[in-house]
Amino acid sequence: MTDITLSPAHAQDQGRNWGRIALRWLLFIALGIFALFYLMPLFVMVTTSLKSLEEIRTGSLVAFPREVTFEAWRTAWSGACTGIQCEGLRPYFWNSVMLAVPAVLISTFLGAVNGYVIAQWRFKGANLIFSLMLFGCFIPFQVVLLPMAVLLGWMGIAGTIPGLIFVHVIYGIGFTTLFFRNYYVTIPQELVKAAKVDGAGFFRIFWSIFLPLSLPIIVVTVIWQFTQIWNDFLFGVSFSQAGTQPVTVALNNIVNSTTGVKEYNVDMAAAIIAALPTLIVYAVAGKYFIRGLTAGSVKG
Amino acid sequence: MQEWLERHIPKMVLAPSFVAILIFVYGFIGWTAWVSLTRSRLLPKYEIEGLIQYDRLFASPRWDTAMGNLFIFGTLFIVIAIVLGLLIAILLDQKIRTEGVLRTIYLYPMALSMIVTGTAWKWIMNPGLGIEAMVRSWGFENFTFDWVIDPDKAIYAVVIAAVWQASGFVMALFLAGLRSVDGEIIKAAQVDGIPTYRIYSAIILPSMAPIFLSAFIVLAHLAIKSFDLVIALTGGGPGYSTDLPATYMYAMAFSRGDIGQAASSAMVMMAVVFAIVVPYLYSELRAKHD
Amino acid sequence: MAPILDIKNLYKNYGPVEVLKDINVAIEPGDFLVLVGPSGCGKSTLLNCIAGLEDITSGTISIDGRDMTHVSPKDRDIAMVFQSYALYPTMSVAKNITFGMKVRGVDAATQAEKLEKVAGQLQIEPLLNRRPGQLSGGQRQRVAMGRALVRDPKLFLFDEPLSNLDAKLRVEMRSEIKKLHHNLGATMVYVTHDQIEAMTLATKIVVMKGGIVQQIGSPAEIYNHPANLFVADFMGSPAMNLIPARAKKNGDGTKIEIARSNGAPLVLTDHHATDLPEDVILGLRPEDIAEAGFRAGEDVQEAECLIDMVEPAGADTYVVSELGGKQVTARLHAETKAQAGVPLDLAFDLAKVSYFEPGTGERLN
Repeated sequence: MTDITLSPAHAQDQGRNWGRIALRWLLFIALGIFALFYLMPLFVMVTTSLKSLEEIRTGSLVAFPREVTFEAWRTAWSGACTGIQCEGLRPYFWNSVMLAVPAVLISTFLGAVNGYVIAQWRFKGANLIFSLMLFGCFIPFQVVLLPMAVLLGWMGIAGTIPGLIFVHVIYGIGFTTLFFRNYYVTIPQELVKAAKVDGAGFFRIFWSIFLPLSLPIIVVTVIWQFTQIWNDFLFGVSFSQAGTQPVTVALNNIVNSTTGVKEYNVDMAAAIIAALPTLIVYAVAGKYFIRGLTAGSVKG
Repeated sequence: MQEWLERHIPKMVLAPSFVAILIFVYGFIGWTAWVSLTRSRLLPKYEIEGLIQYDRLFASPRWDTAMGNLFIFGTLFIVIAIVLGLLIAILLDQKIRTEGVLRTIYLYPMALSMIVTGTAWKWIMNPGLGIEAMVRSWGFENFTFDWVIDPDKAIYAVVIAAVWQASGFVMALFLAGLRSVDGEIIKAAQVDGIPTYRIYSAIILPSMAPIFLSAFIVLAHLAIKSFDLVIALTGGGPGYSTDLPATYMYAMAFSRGDIGQAASSAMVMMAVVFAIVVPYLYSELRAKHD
Repeated sequence: MAPILDIKNLYKNYGPVEVLKDINVAIEPGDFLVLVGPSGCGKSTLLNCIAGLEDITSGTISIDGRDMTHVSPKDRDIAMVFQSYALYPTMSVAKNITFGMKVRGVDAATQAEKLEKVAGQLQIEPLLNRRPGQLSGGQRQRVAMGRALVRDPKLFLFDEPLSNLDAKLRVEMRSEIKKLHHNLGATMVYVTHDQIEAMTLATKIVVMKGGIVQQIGSPAEIYNHPANLFVADFMGSPAMNLIPARAKKNGDGTKIEIARSNGAPLVLTDHHATDLPEDVILGLRPEDIAEAGFRAGEDVQEAECLIDMVEPAGADTYVVSELGGKQVTARLHAETKAQAGVPLDLAFDLAKVSYFEPGTGERLN
């Protein structure tokens, strides 16, 4: 931002120039230290997961593994114990997949349609409805845990994956609607008018004109919802039972299971496995991930 | 008929979501509020008994600890995350060529589950084999870093992990804010010979007031909802020294079988969130209507 | 001939706010109706009502003899061009133009044939495969027109279609729309806030203000016989001089006395006007005040006026003099010797004068 060019002709300026270079180095060093702070836990997780328990006990936290072993990964994936069961993370990983995919798709679709109505088909009360939905994004979910548990019981889907999908869809609608509404509100209303004169109806306009325009916001919403649902713990731990738990709950159970020897390498491998899908999404589509984060916080 | 349908389709499409929100957000809040006024224990009861649950709640030392922790944790977490995020954003804003890579590094924790974060930091901070052992092995035999198992300090360990996770996000917010400052104002200030640090303190930072507010709201909201991190990092312990309202509520609801306490603590949590978020949302929505 | 568009007693309210009040407009086939007025006067709302994009509170709208008041836009046999053009961003130009036909289930061969014809008319053949985002403002404008033309509707509606173009392009497109109207013999309703656009395009003008029709008439009627002070002031540039004056009956004519702060009152005699109240506002367009000797006619009267300012504008020179407490502009020939601060004999053409009642603003003669 400060783009001052100095002429090196004068000795005095020369001195200032050196000062600038030193300052520049200081800047890089500071940024480097911060980078280390953020990277260190990931580094420790990866190296620890590749060490044997023996090496962990004798070696240093930040040392590279002397001998790389994938034993801990194998255990974490298919042998670690969550309480009494010892099947590793694998079944729970698939639970999370089967839970996240439909929940993301349904909530994104509902958000798109809702946003389209609120932004482009304004009717009396639409703004009030939007405010009420927006508000739903902010409640601490603790306040709905108990009645939801009762309701899921009534509906006969307590402790099932469809039950969890239902919960995630309900409490995801607020955000997905917000995303799409804020995107569609920037599209001139004349587009709908022109399409109406052209003879297109509500769904036709959505399908032929708005949906093709929506790719960026669909990506943002899908990533946001996927991250939220995959990383969720509260709903998972409250509304699942043995066998239907999502991966975060299983990870916590593995790490905090008190039976047997504490296998830190397995814990770390399990943590990385649980984190991998969202990390991959972040690596591949970080731009959209950030856009979702900022869109979710700075309400436009 | 077709005319009528055409006219009402938008409302009909919005209706299911709206009804769902009405029931599952507002109806459920109402349910919880109602139950918080009863003597519900293992099963919900519906005879209103007054404020006994709230009396019990405020008399409970465990709840006291939880609220005290929320205050300590929330304050430290918000202040440190904002200061750190702002500092890194300003440093990154100096035309760094590797900005893209660095930004990616600073922000990736935000993509992780708090359970993963808690697991990782629990390992890093465990006294036997973690940082403490590492520094001791460097020759500092008396070095101690046992916050996770020290009832008085464990909450600060939670702060460290939480800051690690969320500060990159604050950085992203501020960086976007710095980029949206009008370049001409800065050029004008440079032409006037105003030193760089004054440009930041007098021109750029004040213009980012809304971003400070956004960051505060998001972080405060995260702090109040914090549950997973504590569960994974300390399990609320040692004892219940790192309990937060969220873990208190969960314990009452699902392990202590005290639904009345769970409901009343949830209502207090919501009151805290509302006290912070409602004025913000209100002003945001107002601004949009004008 | 039966009117092609007939609006009767139209009212439109937004809650308690009346945005359109008792609108009555009828036009014949081939007419070019321009709705003009300052922003917020309700002209665009009226156009949206004609299109069926907004409901009306009461009254009727008929198109070609059919009551369309409660008919949806797609069945009104209209086409519309929007201010922002409203081109579908993800569709090519060709798809934009044929979308309406596709929705209506017109067969592909007919679509292609009509597309070709319209593209030829508007000379946009090379653009057919591009996206709207790749077009210049003028090209987008043409595509938007193409989308309307291809419908071959009973009524074309234009909502400030030129306001997003730069000044030069605007003049070009204006004459092109006029040509189009002439060649197609189509009926058009056109909204603008630009009174020059209204004058040049219209066969019939509706001047609106505050949701109320101020005057309906041909451009010449509106220009020469404005119905009230608002219309007089709004139409024409520079605006009509509106000068407070006193009228006194004098034999078979009326003596008009205009106060001047820097000398004796200016006195003119109108031989035609009778029955004027004592206080009037006299309206005279700048071109009806000339340099003495350059305007002839039995109603031309000359008087010396002090010139306050001279503004050469190329083809003409405008001079300003203070009359009746107002800055009065006269349009002189380019070679005038007028100088600021020097008196000059001006010729007032009273054949063109309008009188208004100062209180109500209504026209008196």
